[in-house]
Amino acid sequence: MSLFAESVAAAASLLLAGDSTLMEITALSLRVSATATLMAASIGLPLGAWAALTSSALRVPVVVVLNACMGLPPVVVGLIVYLLLSRSGPMGALGWLFTPAGMVMAQTILITPIIAALARQTIEDAHVPLRDWLTSLGLTAWQRILTLLFEARFSLAVVLLAGFGRAIAEVGAVMMVGGNIAGSTRVMTTTIALETSKGDLPLALALGILLVMLVLIVNGAAQAVKARMERPHG
Amino acid sequence: MVETTNRATSLVTLSKASVIAGGKSILSDIDLTIFERESVVVLGANGAGKSTLLKLCNAITSPSLGSVNTLPVQEQALIFQRPALLQRTVLDNVRFVLSVRGVAEPLRTQQAQQALAACNLSAIANQQSRSLSGGEQQRLALARAWACKPRLLLADEPTANLAPAAVRDVEALLQAVQTEGTTLVLTTHNVAQAKRLARRIVFLDGGRLVEDRPAADFFASPRSDAARTYLEGETL
Repeated sequence: MSLFAESVAAAASLLLAGDSTLMEITALSLRVSATATLMAASIGLPLGAWAALTSSALRVPVVVVLNACMGLPPVVVGLIVYLLLSRSGPMGALGWLFTPAGMVMAQTILITPIIAALARQTIEDAHVPLRDWLTSLGLTAWQRILTLLFEARFSLAVVLLAGFGRAIAEVGAVMMVGGNIAGSTRVMTTTIALETSKGDLPLALALGILLVMLVLIVNGAAQAVKARMERPHG
Repeated sequence: MVETTNRATSLVTLSKASVIAGGKSILSDIDLTIFERESVVVLGANGAGKSTLLKLCNAITSPSLGSVNTLPVQEQALIFQRPALLQRTVLDNVRFVLSVRGVAEPLRTQQAQQALAACNLSAIANQQSRSLSGGEQQRLALARAWACKPRLLLADEPTANLAPAAVRDVEALLQAVQTEGTTLVLTTHNVAQAKRLARRIVFLDGGRLVEDRPAADFFASPRSDAARTYLEGETL
């Protein structure tokens, strides 16, 4: 049997047996990326809404920076967060380096611009046909923002899923900030990288299969949300 | 600010109001007063400034020159040629405007249901607004306005692009709203509709108010060449 086939068979047995290490790593990945997505949403959605609706002179530079930061290299984010959290860094007192909290911070920084930039465009598109009517109702700025966030809720759910997908598939930043410590900060992507370098392909492959399945589930969820959005009756 | 004269209470007063956008004059030196319980139809060719005039009345647009005294937005409602509907159910669209007006539950739902019943939309109250026909969407826009019991209803070509039956429904609702005491200011290109709904005609030409007269007089003998040409169907 070829190495690939052997690895696939071993990975399948790990998955079917519900291997505890595999499940622990997967659970940590989900916890870190879901928390980062929530944190990024709480910053990115209001920021995107502000950028969509403001007439401030800061709007254009903020939009340019957000769009540019959508392509932030994870290793650069990892390096910056590492320096911030290191013992001599400005946030060293938090003791977050090589902890899941530090990994959440790195992923949050990585996906906040993605969520904010996509939210801005989504809210701007939702605002155009409603602008005059909302103005005629005399809404306050906050009422308008909340109305548009709710109006664009299905598209924004897809934005959040895109952010989550980016976070869970990321490896560079969590590797640098988390340190890939077994039982503590080892997540799916860092384990795949480590186990591949060690030659333990079954575990790497099992995690790879799980990761792809998770990404498929996230994309499936995004499609379901999109279908719900396009369905006329509800 | 609302002023009372010996004629009636004025709801909107435009004094030498002009709107200039992108270096282009949209409205020039408009003097106009809208009185309570009037039914005013604004006529004019495309680009005459009809929609901008309604926006001035609603204070969505500010005059570049001159002044506008109008009711607070809470006492007005504005409906558009393409209704701006929220991606919610029909009932929730009406409940939304009532919540903005500060109407608490359960009165909010009760008033929303009454407005839907008045506009013959009760049967589709739980349907998504985006699934409605053009006529139903416009009736929903009217139901939202109706629910708030505005003193002034501004309607910008509300029956454009609607089928004749839907036009009749919307006109009947506009008349019903007006009968209940709401002042109606409507723009349209439909001269027959203007004859049916208007007691007073305001005619705009190239951003200028060229006629402001009782409807019967206007249609019997338009004074300006622009109005005569318009009524003969030579400009739209």
